[in-house]
Amino acid sequence: MLNVLIQMFSYPFLLRAMIVGVLVSLCASLLGVSLVLKRYSMIGDGLSHVGFGALAVATAVHAAPLAVAIPVVVAAAFLLLRLSESSKVKGDAAIALISTGALAIGVMAISFSTGANMDVYNYMFGSILAMSQGDVRLSIALSAVVLVLYMLFYPKIFAVTFDETFSLATGVRVGWYNVLIALLTALTIVLGMRLMGSLLISSLVIFPALTSMRVFQSFRCVVISSACLSIVCFLIGLLLSYAWSTPAGASVVCANIAAYLLFWAFSLVRQRLRRKPMENA
Amino acid sequence: MALITCENVSLSYESVPVLSGLSFCVNPGDYLCIVGENGSGKSTLVKALLSLKHIAGGSIRFGDGLRKNEIGYLPQQTGAQQDFPASVQEVVQSGCINQIGLRPFYPAAQRLRVQQNLKRLGLWDLRKRSFRQLSGGQQQRVLLARALCATSKLLLLDEPAAGLDPKITQEMYAFVRGLNQEGITIIMVSHDIQSVLADASHILHLQHRPLFFGKTEEYVKSDAAKRFLGGAFHA
Repeated sequence: MLNVLIQMFSYPFLLRAMIVGVLVSLCASLLGVSLVLKRYSMIGDGLSHVGFGALAVATAVHAAPLAVAIPVVVAAAFLLLRLSESSKVKGDAAIALISTGALAIGVMAISFSTGANMDVYNYMFGSILAMSQGDVRLSIALSAVVLVLYMLFYPKIFAVTFDETFSLATGVRVGWYNVLIALLTALTIVLGMRLMGSLLISSLVIFPALTSMRVFQSFRCVVISSACLSIVCFLIGLLLSYAWSTPAGASVVCANIAAYLLFWAFSLVRQRLRRKPMENA
Repeated sequence: MALITCENVSLSYESVPVLSGLSFCVNPGDYLCIVGENGSGKSTLVKALLSLKHIAGGSIRFGDGLRKNEIGYLPQQTGAQQDFPASVQEVVQSGCINQIGLRPFYPAAQRLRVQQNLKRLGLWDLRKRSFRQLSGGQQQRVLLARALCATSKLLLLDEPAAGLDPKITQEMYAFVRGLNQEGITIIMVSHDIQSVLADASHILHLQHRPLFFGKTEEYVKSDAAKRFLGGAFHA
């Protein structure tokens, strides 16, 4: 076991993938708790599709991928947030429209430029080879920003997530915090996308939060559990992907599915145990 | 001096006027009940009082040292929080959000305030429980405790009894009555006027314009009340 680990991290690309993956998982899970509870999960999914389109176009015109993808996805984040908040437009339909549209444009861009199927596959399902030294530095900086902001604004994030109207009435600048959450989500998704794949990256946002909510009853516990869970699941997924030569993104998502089922079973057993003493009484 | 003075306020909802010519004032210690049929502009008025909505005309002034963000607000139950994982303590604590500035934690003074309000509403033993596991009446009490953390002067309650069974409703009104007797000013929106006539000191009756504003004793004799309460009185 230990030998496998030592052997694994003697490859510099795997070490880079691990650092970026752990940091991106951590950021995604923290932001994910708020996104899931505010019923914004679809935003994460929409953003990853827009990111796919942007990356594909950037490759087609030989531009630096992140330099194109980051501003496009950030702009999309503002747009999707606005659409979700507005009750007039059908928010969910608009998100589906934007994500499938971006996906189609991306596929067109790729087929015009290279015509190779391999590239599409890598963009959609991720590649462990994609992480460069620059990505490592960027993900360290991003996760530092997310962690510091999250801890600094923790009481506000709770208040805004739990009850927007009450927070507004007591003078919290709700719009500002929503924009902050959307912005950080956009950055996290762009960074994690090439590793996890644009079709799979939103699972990092959604799974840990939903899994933790199965078992934990307070916001603080859900946040802490999501953070730990996402890191553990990523490492297990990476290990599996090395051992079985499977794509890293899909392996990590499978680890998350397993964790979800485990927590679900635990909550069922706990419920059963709690009910029993009452039935006997 | 009045806590809130509204002068000739008009309000619109998506640029359709819903309420006009509204003037009233709320003095410290008052218990004002805002009544009216559905769609009469009650909820829009609540939003305007909380500064969540621009007023189309007139003015709303806050006096007696009341700041805009010092109104303790109990929103209508939306059901959005029904599956939210949060402990009772976390929810009540978030009422102090307007007092901590940019600090990332709740200082001792606010923690004491949370403790007092938990005890005041009989929630101390439930503080570690999850909000989503509580009954509807208990959830309303938690949200009331949160509102009390945000204010020591004025509570604004929007249909606090909606969806509660009759016994719990009476308990809720008794809590509000107790808070009013302790000196907290109450503004309550309700369409269940029968239950609050005994408690409220003032009534504001809306029907796209104010039909009546004044003391409760005078209201029961007024024409507006006779039409609104008529059926119920004879029943």
